Amino acid sequence: MRSDRAPLWLRIAAGGGLLFLHLPILLIFVYAFTTEERTYQWPPPGLTLHWFGAAWNRPDIWAALGLSVKVASISTVIALVLGTLCAAAVSRSRFFGREVISLLVILPIALPGIITGISLRSAFSLAEIPFSFWTIVLGHATFCVVVVYNNAVARFRRVSGNLVEASMDLGANAFQTFRFVILPNIATALLAGGMLAFALSFDEVIVTTFTAGQQQTLPIWMLEELVRPRQRPVTNVVAMVVVIVTFLPILGAYYLTRGTDTVAGSGK
Amino acid sequence: MTAAGRISDILWRNPRLLLVLLITPPALWLGIIYLGALFALLAQSFFSIDEFSGLIRYEWTLKTYGDLLRPANFDIIRRTVVMAALVTVASAIIAFPIAYFAARYARGRWKAVFYLGIMLPLWSSYLVKVYSWKLILAKEGILSWAFETLHLTWLLEGYLAIPLVGGNSLSVSPTGTFIVFVYVWLPFMILPIQAALERVPASMVEAAGDLGATPAQTFRTVLLPLALPGVIAGSIFTFSLTLGDYIIPQIIGTSARFIGLAVYQYQGTAGNIPLAAAFAIVPIVIMGLYLWWAKRQGAFDAL
Amino acid sequence: MSIAVSFQGVARHFGAVRAVDGVDIDIAEGEFFAMLGPSGSGKTTCLRLIAGFEQPTAGSIRLFGAEVRDLPPYRRAVNTVFQDYALFPHLNVRDNVAYGLMIAGQPRAARHRAAEEALEMVALPGYGARKPSELSGGQRQRVALARALVNKPRVLLLDEPLGALDLKLREAMQDELKSLQRRLGITFVFVTHDQGEALSMADRVAVFNEGRIVQVGAPEDIYYRPEVPFVADFVGSSNILPPALTGLPRIAAIRPEAVRLAGTGLRATVTAASFLGAATRITLDAGGTRLTALLPRGAARPEVGAAVHLDWDAADLHQMAGGA
Repeated sequence: MRSDRAPLWLRIAAGGGLLFLHLPILLIFVYAFTTEERTYQWPPPGLTLHWFGAAWNRPDIWAALGLSVKVASISTVIALVLGTLCAAAVSRSRFFGREVISLLVILPIALPGIITGISLRSAFSLAEIPFSFWTIVLGHATFCVVVVYNNAVARFRRVSGNLVEASMDLGANAFQTFRFVILPNIATALLAGGMLAFALSFDEVIVTTFTAGQQQTLPIWMLEELVRPRQRPVTNVVAMVVVIVTFLPILGAYYLTRGTDTVAGSGK
Repeated sequence: MTAAGRISDILWRNPRLLLVLLITPPALWLGIIYLGALFALLAQSFFSIDEFSGLIRYEWTLKTYGDLLRPANFDIIRRTVVMAALVTVASAIIAFPIAYFAARYARGRWKAVFYLGIMLPLWSSYLVKVYSWKLILAKEGILSWAFETLHLTWLLEGYLAIPLVGGNSLSVSPTGTFIVFVYVWLPFMILPIQAALERVPASMVEAAGDLGATPAQTFRTVLLPLALPGVIAGSIFTFSLTLGDYIIPQIIGTSARFIGLAVYQYQGTAGNIPLAAAFAIVPIVIMGLYLWWAKRQGAFDAL
Repeated sequence: MSIAVSFQGVARHFGAVRAVDGVDIDIAEGEFFAMLGPSGSGKTTCLRLIAGFEQPTAGSIRLFGAEVRDLPPYRRAVNTVFQDYALFPHLNVRDNVAYGLMIAGQPRAARHRAAEEALEMVALPGYGARKPSELSGGQRQRVALARALVNKPRVLLLDEPLGALDLKLREAMQDELKSLQRRLGITFVFVTHDQGEALSMADRVAVFNEGRIVQVGAPEDIYYRPEVPFVADFVGSSNILPPALTGLPRIAAIRPEAVRLAGTGLRATVTAASFLGAATRITLDAGGTRLTALLPRGAARPEVGAAVHLDWDAADLHQMAGGA
């Protein structure tokens, strides 16, 4: 007979583990409303909405947010193109160098971010490339490819065999097959991959510090605030907004890929 | 015959051509930008800095690697590796019950709860996660408050008085750094263990019980060996991520430096890219050795 | 009658593996042709060569007299019913069936009408709005058939189309496919590893082994007059008798149901007996050669270990070309 109820110690340890993962993030939500300005005092002496207005009126936050959104959008588009091509090639056939390609895709995320960062920094220094918007995008797109790739490759495998043959058998050439069979079947995987790539880029700080120079993305703005706090409650508000903004694409990606062979997020 | 039809015919007759067309853009991008950058890193580590002018001398030398072995720098490496090892062990211990529960007992609704419960912290903002611990560990923060409410302040103060692990408050102690590392990398440990455990059929655990093993024996002789590849896969993440991080020790902890922080500071204010590059090679070498060992243990089947 | 499909010296090698190794076939127009063989014998690869999913390493493939070596699948007047049906999961049944007509540029109304007619033909009227995932295995199989037939192909290729169905459904579909083929007059090329299916449906059967065709002929020929031991053994379960037992110059095959227990004849010992319902199967040993006999209902059933005599009509004993 099989017991489907976990022992008590296991339920406590697993539940406790989940709480450990979530409570700190929830705490941010309380701090965004505190009236205390200079310290991290708990419990908050009072609650206020004042800091939301203060954050709203900060042009530096808006500038950083704008840069982050621009970088994440363009990096996501590049990653979508490269990741899809790569997944299509790898799932299509076995070829010489296939393992090398899949390793190459995973490497930027498998090695610590600081390696990617200092590598790009070294290369820019050697090639005398000045920091710009595009140096940030270059780094972000590179490590976002793997997220799209991971989401697309399993789906491609399912489509690439029989369905493609069936479509060609029924008279469709390669382009028609792509448009009417492959694309509709991989669309949700690509959308999920794109959302996750956006979330990854939007939040990235480790590589970005090496490729941004004096530019400030939102995570770099936050890092500055953490190292040299200026207006702590405003940082609390921004942190809370960032949590909410990054949760949306992750939930979206989850619902898009639910019930399929791979569920989104396995590639961070 | 349309142009698309003609091109399609050509691709059908030459399947290799299609493959080349597909693979070239990503291969070029990753090959030039990423591998190129890695080679640039390697090259930089063989250059050195002129101590008087502060400019990089583009001549091949091993001098920069020699600098790595200076006691101060060697201390940094040792401190980082010890921290990475401790973080890995702690993550594995905390992750195992979560992964085991999610893999074996969570069904239906709870499966989704556990999935999102692990995935959301994994994907939520790294900086916000670090920041939340600055709030928790602060002297006037929630943890001190909790100890005070429970009349246990003496315990916290006693712990903070211990050299090596303590400090002025938790947020400026090595213990604080350790806790935050464990917190931030924990999901990376849970997922591979869960994947490994999901492949263990429930009947196998029952068979062990049927053959007379106590739950503890079943755990030691059946579950743990089968989950080990997952643990090793997870440890690759926690170890590698700890080796390379430079933000957590900067925000939570003493001023003692870790490899990541050293890389960051040498390339930044000091402008010593060669030494930063040489420092960055260290985690690559350590991870290379670790991966080689892990591959022999069969850890990659669980990825 | 013209030749629909013609193979001349066709080979398909995958590296060192010779999946198809020198096959010659001529399939007549309007014929129901079965390719029978164990898995890995090359029959499916031959089908894929006709469809255009594989290209031959050597030899020539002609469809209605025209060489098709350089024609991609979408330029061949053949359609395929896939083993796992390969229905498009993102399209409903109607759009699945109308897919070929949509690609061919037929207007929406016309192709929907044609799809509905095709669905009626396979006894699934009104199923157009459903998704393939909402259908049973048998229904999917019919949709796959309708999707291929709606294009009015000159040759229909069927790759183990009944393999995934349960026994009852399979028998019903066999009859249906057969009558459909008669009605439409389309050439059917049918791949299967099930000898019963091949024998009951096909006009002619080609038996494959190790990339080659070992025998082609009408079902009766294949069953009663196997030319090589492989066919005798694979199709049905023939007893293969060495010359010493029969007095013939070469080895010979005989069907279990043709073996009788008699008062005189070949001496053998009963080693096992099992009741099959319609008949009883007994296993025998005759001087080291293992034989089976199928006894009709009502025949006397010998004890295991009993010594018996075996007899048969000379016409049922068939000499083969190959060696032992």
